[in-house]
Amino acid sequence: MSSATLEDFARIREVNILKIKEARELGKKVVGIYCTYCPQELILAAGAIPVSLCGTSEKPIPAAEEVLPRNLCPLIKSSYGFAATDTCPFFHLADMVIGETTCDGKKKMFEIMQAIKPVHVMQLPHLHQVEAAFSLWVEELRRLRSRLEEELEVTISDEAIWQAIERVNRETRAAKAICDLNRMDPPPLSGLDLLTVTWSRTFSSDKEEVITMLEDLAGELQASRREAAVRAGQPRILLTGCPVGIGSEKVIRLVEEAGGTVVCMENCSGYKTLELQIEMRGEDPLIALARKYMSVPCSCMSPNPYRLELIERIMADFKIHAVIDLTWQACHTYNIEAYGVSALVRGKGIPYLHLESDYSSSDLENLKLRIEALLEMVA
Amino acid sequence: MVVVGLDIGSVAAKGVILTPDKPHRALLPTGWSPRDAGEQLIDQLLCLSGRKAADIEDIVATGYGRASIPAARRVVSEIKCHARGIAAICPEVRTIVDIGGQDSKVIRVDNDGRVVDFAMNDKCAAGTGRFLQVMANALGMDVSELGAAGTHRDPAIINSMCTVFAETEIISLLARGVDKERIIGGIHLSVARRVAAMARRMGVEEKVAFTGGVALNPAVRQALAGELDCELVIPPNCQFTGALGAALLAREQLVVS
Repeated sequence: MSSATLEDFARIREVNILKIKEARELGKKVVGIYCTYCPQELILAAGAIPVSLCGTSEKPIPAAEEVLPRNLCPLIKSSYGFAATDTCPFFHLADMVIGETTCDGKKKMFEIMQAIKPVHVMQLPHLHQVEAAFSLWVEELRRLRSRLEEELEVTISDEAIWQAIERVNRETRAAKAICDLNRMDPPPLSGLDLLTVTWSRTFSSDKEEVITMLEDLAGELQASRREAAVRAGQPRILLTGCPVGIGSEKVIRLVEEAGGTVVCMENCSGYKTLELQIEMRGEDPLIALARKYMSVPCSCMSPNPYRLELIERIMADFKIHAVIDLTWQACHTYNIEAYGVSALVRGKGIPYLHLESDYSSSDLENLKLRIEALLEMVA
Repeated sequence: MVVVGLDIGSVAAKGVILTPDKPHRALLPTGWSPRDAGEQLIDQLLCLSGRKAADIEDIVATGYGRASIPAARRVVSEIKCHARGIAAICPEVRTIVDIGGQDSKVIRVDNDGRVVDFAMNDKCAAGTGRFLQVMANALGMDVSELGAAGTHRDPAIINSMCTVFAETEIISLLARGVDKERIIGGIHLSVARRVAAMARRMGVEEKVAFTGGVALNPAVRQALAGELDCELVIPPNCQFTGALGAALLAREQLVVS
């Protein structure tokens, strides 16, 4: 990483801890979020700051295991561990936290987390193309709106929601523009740089600022292709599956140490939500939001056809040579969905590697061997 | 042209030297230092072939200790090396099952010895040589004696996949007075089932070769053939497929460059 703008992204977390602290001292409310299903537009419309919470580091897992079972997804254990040990500054500063019933592990963990901080849990329906499920989700958005109004002592107007929708639309477009630059061959961003940008942006307290940063970076990367040259001729890898952030980036690191590049990620900090835009105006903003968030192609949805469509399109658009599907230990839905992803990818004659791991370094040698063998297959 | 392939496994280090006249093989325990094992192997191979160190034109290292061999000019994954090695000895093989000291692998290969797909055990020791080692210890035997005890018509069922729990299970079977032969039969079946499940998940295409140190055990061979419901090709020198593949890749690279 040499560009100054890229380094600004790496510093977003550190810079925003202070900004959020200062904003809070001036009376601003802060709402912590864990998941791409959380309709952050409602938080923005309430005049509060939506901010991601920590959950991608191994460090607090032993503390979490005093309460949670060991055989649980590391993301859930890490999220809870940060809260329980009060070591996530964003959690510390949050007035409340929003969770969703994406998976069983999170749902039950949030019950325990209630003792530490007010947690509002949204009932996320999993049946994707069912009218009753959609109605429930709209109702859940209304319930969140009321809870935010009550907890933050504000009124959320439709107009404020539309303004927030417009802002999030622009941020999503700007993030997508960055990710799409990697369609180029060679790609201007390494997988680690890509992750730094897309993951760090969720810790920013100022949407307009982060949109400007994303747009500046896109301009910079387009203007200078010098960075890209080092990656010429390297195998182009798509990473799909469970969420990855800084601290849990070991697979990306191993790919790049072995001479490949993760050019695209179809996961929560990557492409999974980047095509989701809300067409402006004209209806109940909560129905518009409900439609957007129901479309997120997480493996907790059943069926989940959009994920496969997205992967198929990414493989073509990004000229993908091999696909790595990462499942965190005990994430049943991604683990089982790997069967369908494998059939799709292998059916296209593209090498596919399914990895099941956790945040620890105990399996690095084993992962390294498999990743090297995968890269050899496409070399 | 003289080239060397080294396959530094977790338990055994294997080496093959290819010379214009005749190949030679050497094997020794890896011990605690993969680097020393590699150097000793090279010495032995030179001694066997009557060559000098300066004669070696290239060395490719593979296996768990592949990165700790300073003499190696290149490292290649054992998955690719196994595929290359088997293509040279048994070109009709389409699926390789390799069970080594700490890994078990299933590798699908095409006509030209290229890897089409592969699967590997995760960090768990079930279905590996390590599993057999621990169970042999629990029975007060050496791992090399297990195979001779063979399969059993009525093997004891060992339910635990986890090596630690399986060991406890075996101790309790012994305490209940279950026949040692039946327990050994159960241990062999457990390894075969675990690996066969991994192979079937990926798809098994005949012919199937069984390689690695555990392929020396006739009881696992028999149990695995039964589980996969096919005949297994056991290549001559079945522990050396990876080292041979590494040596062949070294030679091919020299020819290209």
